[in-house]
Amino acid sequence: MNPIPSERKAYGQPLLRVTGLTTTFHLPKAVVRAVDNVSLELRRGETLGLVGESGSGKSMTAMSILRLVQPPGETIGGPVEFNGRKDLLELSERDMRKIRGAEIALIFQEPMTALNPVFTIGDQIAEAILVHRQASRAAARDRAVELLAAVKIPDAEKRARDYPHQLSGGMRQRVLIAIALACQPLLLIADEPTTALDVTIQAEILDLLREMKQQLDLALLLITHDLGVVAGHADRVAVMYAGRIVEEGPVRRIFAAPAHPYTRGLLASIPGGAPGQRLAAIEGTVPNLAALPPGCAFEPRCPERFWKCPTAPPPAFAIDAGGAARCYLHEPIVDRRSSIVDGRSSTMDAGRWPIDDGQS
Amino acid sequence: MTPVLDVRHLTKQFTRRDGFFGKPAFVRAVNDVSFTVDAGETFGLVGESGSGKTTTGRCILRLIEPTAGEVLFRGENVVSFSREQLRLARRHMQIVFQDPYSSLNPRMRVRAIVEEPLVIHGIGSRGERATRVRELIGLVGLDAAALDRYPHEFSGGQRQRIGVARALALNPSLIIADEPVSALDVSIQAQVVNLLMELQQKLKLAYLFIAHDLRLVEHICRRTAVMYLGRIVEMADTRMLFENPQHPYTRALLSAIPIPDPDRQPHRVALNPKEIHAEGPLREVAAGHWAAI
Repeated sequence: MNPIPSERKAYGQPLLRVTGLTTTFHLPKAVVRAVDNVSLELRRGETLGLVGESGSGKSMTAMSILRLVQPPGETIGGPVEFNGRKDLLELSERDMRKIRGAEIALIFQEPMTALNPVFTIGDQIAEAILVHRQASRAAARDRAVELLAAVKIPDAEKRARDYPHQLSGGMRQRVLIAIALACQPLLLIADEPTTALDVTIQAEILDLLREMKQQLDLALLLITHDLGVVAGHADRVAVMYAGRIVEEGPVRRIFAAPAHPYTRGLLASIPGGAPGQRLAAIEGTVPNLAALPPGCAFEPRCPERFWKCPTAPPPAFAIDAGGAARCYLHEPIVDRRSSIVDGRSSTMDAGRWPIDDGQS
Repeated sequence: MTPVLDVRHLTKQFTRRDGFFGKPAFVRAVNDVSFTVDAGETFGLVGESGSGKTTTGRCILRLIEPTAGEVLFRGENVVSFSREQLRLARRHMQIVFQDPYSSLNPRMRVRAIVEEPLVIHGIGSRGERATRVRELIGLVGLDAAALDRYPHEFSGGQRQRIGVARALALNPSLIIADEPVSALDVSIQAQVVNLLMELQQKLKLAYLFIAHDLRLVEHICRRTAVMYLGRIVEMADTRMLFENPQHPYTRALLSAIPIPDPDRQPHRVALNPKEIHAEGPLREVAAGHWAAI
């Protein structure tokens, strides 16, 4: 089994294209933008790693795409184009329900709480099939056993009759993957799928996800805080900070030549180098979303800040080696107007980041 | 050099019953664990959840009573200590917990949290304690203004600094750090790790560093022991352990570390529990390198 996707090939048609997605929370004292003008794109067979620290808005981005944000949260902006549909945000709840689970599946971090303790895992997988597909209960049961075997649960026939508490954390996460894949979705959103698991189990689950993705030609939105996981599994990476995507690009470029000082800081703070040496920490703390600085949200912590940074949130500037960064360091001096990656046109061309920045 | 901590054949057996009338079953959470920590060094204890690393740390402090074995702290066996002796010994060995959200009393101001160990041990006058508390809070890189605030007003990294200040109050020579940064965000982890390394230099502290983040252990620990199912299966200088792991479990564990470089992905060694014998005694496979193979 090759640990790295051997070919970071060019992928097919965009399956998901999110433009200017914004989710706000109306709190008693402030309006907080948990997701702030987020644009991203994902093609069939491709893995996009969405990285960020807690509170950066990465999970909320996934919830917004699936329209699972609860009041006082509200998703505005968009559109969220998916598989030929113009905008998921415009669909009726009934139509949206047909998409969730069937075309877009989600797996969560906690394999302990996501399963129902009073049903066997076989029944829970069959249930996932019956919600979306016409099938007899017996056929769904058979399919459930097949799925359990596909996610490499030994003795699938027998295990299908187990209850969640009889399984280890790694096995439960496999069951959740089986449920997610039950209806052969086109897009799988995996939100910190391995964070609660031990290192060796984490590696097994990630390998399984990769294998399933290849077999089914899935698009995978992999949400994680672990840059190591991203390096091994993503084709492209989007880095979030304070609700905004601050950098995006092909995985090799991100790791070889990170363009945003925040990305550079994250990479530098990973333990490595000479043992005992000071780590390159990012000073300060993550800002409060209710009181963001007027310019770049990272500006107060940024070692490379200059006069322009506090003036206004930076738009996305194209990076020559691929992708884009919201950082004034990358603003071309000659012709500022054309340097701004302008939404759609760039998506069609070489650029892959359809950012249309309303704030710039 | 006499080690500051010398753990010998430490064993903790828990009893569990399947149902009220069920037969009691014994689980050895910690099984015949022996290692030493030298003064001023960082010793890493790694393993997955359930491997017994946290229980080992708590048994050393007798927060959990060990079933068997000896814990020699500066040459004296902590396990045989009376309550009073233990109370005195705990001045010199402190613990920093994983979760900075639940380990600080939310109803106490930071000043009282940091001062409490001094009060409990009856150290100093009121004025002396106040001076010491200000000194401690500066030592961990927080402003004196923090002293009048409550834990909820601080971020995770700052709370962990408060936890460290409290642990340092009595001038310990050993700190048991149980996953001290794993609840923190990546960018904050590095700050706290730097602080721990700085304090070690300044105060000549020894750390028993319990962690599952192997990259971090590789970076800060001079020696490392790997635990599996309650036993130490391998123990060596950290570099030796990472460069030349001997035990199949260590190999699987090291190969599973995600590497933050797309072009240097590890070749993963699958973990086959049937192949792993944790039972064998540790043998010295090279100078200072022990493995249960």
